[in-house]
Amino acid sequence: MQITGAQALIKSLEQQGVEVVFGLPGGAILPVYDPLIDSSIRHILVRHEQGAGHMAEGYALATGRPGVAMVTSGPGATNIVTPIGNAHMDSTPLVVITGQVASGSIGTDAFQECDITGITMGITKHNFLVKSAQEIPRAVAAAFHLATTGRPGPVLIDVPKDVAQSMMDWWYPSTIEEYDLPGYRPEVALDEDVIARAVALINESQRPVLYVGGGTLKSRASAELLAFAERTGIPVVTTLMARGAFPDSHAQHLGMPGMHGMYTAVTAMQKSDLLISLGARFDDRVTGRIPAFAAGAKVIHVDIDKAEFNKVRHADVAVQSNVAAALLAFDAASATPRNLDAWWSEIREWQEQYPLVYAEPSHEGPLRPQHVIEAIAAKAAPGTIVASGVGQHQMWASQFWKYEEPGTWVNSGGAGTMGFGVPAAIGAKVGRPDRTVWCIDGDGCFQMTAQELVTARAEGVPIKVAILNNAYLGMVRQWQEMFYEERYSEVYLSADLPDYVKWAEAMGCVGLRATNLKEMHEAIDIANTINDVPVVIDFRTDSSEKVFPMVAAGASNDDIMVHPLQRGGSK
Amino acid sequence: MSATPEPFLGTIDHTPVRHHILSVLVENKAGVLARIAGLFARRGFNIYSLAVAPAESGARFSRVTIVVDAESAPLEQIVGQLDKLVNVVAITDISPKDALERELLLATIKTDVDNRTSLLDIIANAGAAIVDVDTKSVTVMLAATPGGCDELERALEAFAQVELHRTGRVALPRLGKTASA
Repeated sequence: MQITGAQALIKSLEQQGVEVVFGLPGGAILPVYDPLIDSSIRHILVRHEQGAGHMAEGYALATGRPGVAMVTSGPGATNIVTPIGNAHMDSTPLVVITGQVASGSIGTDAFQECDITGITMGITKHNFLVKSAQEIPRAVAAAFHLATTGRPGPVLIDVPKDVAQSMMDWWYPSTIEEYDLPGYRPEVALDEDVIARAVALINESQRPVLYVGGGTLKSRASAELLAFAERTGIPVVTTLMARGAFPDSHAQHLGMPGMHGMYTAVTAMQKSDLLISLGARFDDRVTGRIPAFAAGAKVIHVDIDKAEFNKVRHADVAVQSNVAAALLAFDAASATPRNLDAWWSEIREWQEQYPLVYAEPSHEGPLRPQHVIEAIAAKAAPGTIVASGVGQHQMWASQFWKYEEPGTWVNSGGAGTMGFGVPAAIGAKVGRPDRTVWCIDGDGCFQMTAQELVTARAEGVPIKVAILNNAYLGMVRQWQEMFYEERYSEVYLSADLPDYVKWAEAMGCVGLRATNLKEMHEAIDIANTINDVPVVIDFRTDSSEKVFPMVAAGASNDDIMVHPLQRGGSK
Repeated sequence: MSATPEPFLGTIDHTPVRHHILSVLVENKAGVLARIAGLFARRGFNIYSLAVAPAESGARFSRVTIVVDAESAPLEQIVGQLDKLVNVVAITDISPKDALERELLLATIKTDVDNRTSLLDIIANAGAAIVDVDTKSVTVMLAATPGGCDELERALEAFAQVELHRTGRVALPRLGKTASA
């Protein structure tokens, strides 16, 4: 059957089971948008290509399936570079299709030409410039295989306009051999000796901690983690990328570690004699000053990517494996630490002494951002998905919302991309229409990508957005207050400009404002009754609120600063 | 090809601890060299030299011989990151002590009646060959160990050089020695 390259591209996406593509057309990708009309694939027309990328990420993080975005050449392609970089840092499976100028024009500085495969070489798992229509099915099949296996990540396919327009004989690869990836071997067999050495370390440990990272979610190992943790009684911490991998309500869960982690999670790692790292990468936001990080601990490092071993921290035992298979192997060998009663009683003391706290909110306002999050959470349906931007509100959303299952926390971890929240929430809601999706956002982040609420309204994606409006770039303000002698440089945004309620209404959303406790509860109640259009609530919060606990950049995790209300004692 | 501004000519430290040889089989596809060079640049790994040619299996694969600075980053990191490039098919790490290394040097030297004899002596002693001659200059070729090429390069410094090129080394494990894949 002879069809065009463009038809082959859409047909290949259908073969992969793609149900939705986030994108925006333009000159070079025009041929591909034509057969899309006749396809079963839903297309979400974004207002900016960055939105398409973050929506695809939100979709992937909420569903576990690869997100797909499609944009045109030149500026369309460069506008999606930030989401690609973000997905690369967070190992999120993404397939991005870009239009390219016609093959004969490549290299001539043609209109809307840019070398997007060159630009994204360092921030994709792999990318392809397709040279002929006949190659399109292979490129698509290989892209999905690469994006979703091993350590997941973004893959880009660049399709010149003439390739999309030319004819090909339809085929589709039926075996992995036909993908033509001779250098790609994502799965490795477990090494029995390595497992035995890991088990020996677990068996002699007295103060172990399960250091759970994003790879645990990526390998869908939550059930195996729960079983292993409950059988062994080992305490669990979940990093920012792993929130939801282990239930927050579980008695063995100490919370998030790191720069703004729970005191007990940070301290338990510091005092540990064995860190069992499961798909985590010893990020600087977790370790603080590296030589001072968990100095007395041995390390079992489980990761599918062997380049993570010994990159930051020496691994006493490096287990190259997906997390689920490694945990099953530990269980099969009955790995069991020594009696942990003494360890747990220490941990319980820290928990009692340093829980998460914030100052009592006053009835008249301004609102406490932490209290707003707890109030939303208290009235949220079970299984609600939370997306966030990047900054103070993100840390509070991680600290004060309780995540009980995978896919309920959607955020930008490694890259720290402001503006991630709104489009990611839209993508999550598209992927999980049965779930309530709240975007906990900051006023700075909201202004970066809010235009996608037009997309949400037009496409019928009723997300809810809580702007914690403190009129500042809050996290930067916090650092300037604490480390730059309160010299506030270019961080003030104004609470009233823009008018978020009018802006929301102009975008076809319901806009609400809350300045005191009564209005806060009313606004949340109203938002919860609206299920057909997006809702935006402008919560006026106290700009002096800071995120605690905090480990200063470059400081040892031993020097964690707790909330001022808890000081006066030892910390 | 170097990830740092440092020129490699004449600056190679041949002591065995400092450098390592990676023999990398790659798919012969557009942009593969850029992927390797880009990886070394963004991860801060230093390349001393790099040689590329079609591999034994024909047009489908090429062999890239990379001499890396094993002190700019742990070898394990370099190999691990390199292995993640999808177009990289296999990596063989050859320790310098187990390697048979060869490099090609080409140099064009100005000659006159006064220096011709001593130049010919140097060429003969080095085991080099004259591959091109005109009235005012000769072009010398040497295929030798990197150390041998260094020696000839130093000896030629006494003469007026028009140009001197070196290929960077290629290597195979010595017979009876196994390389680690």
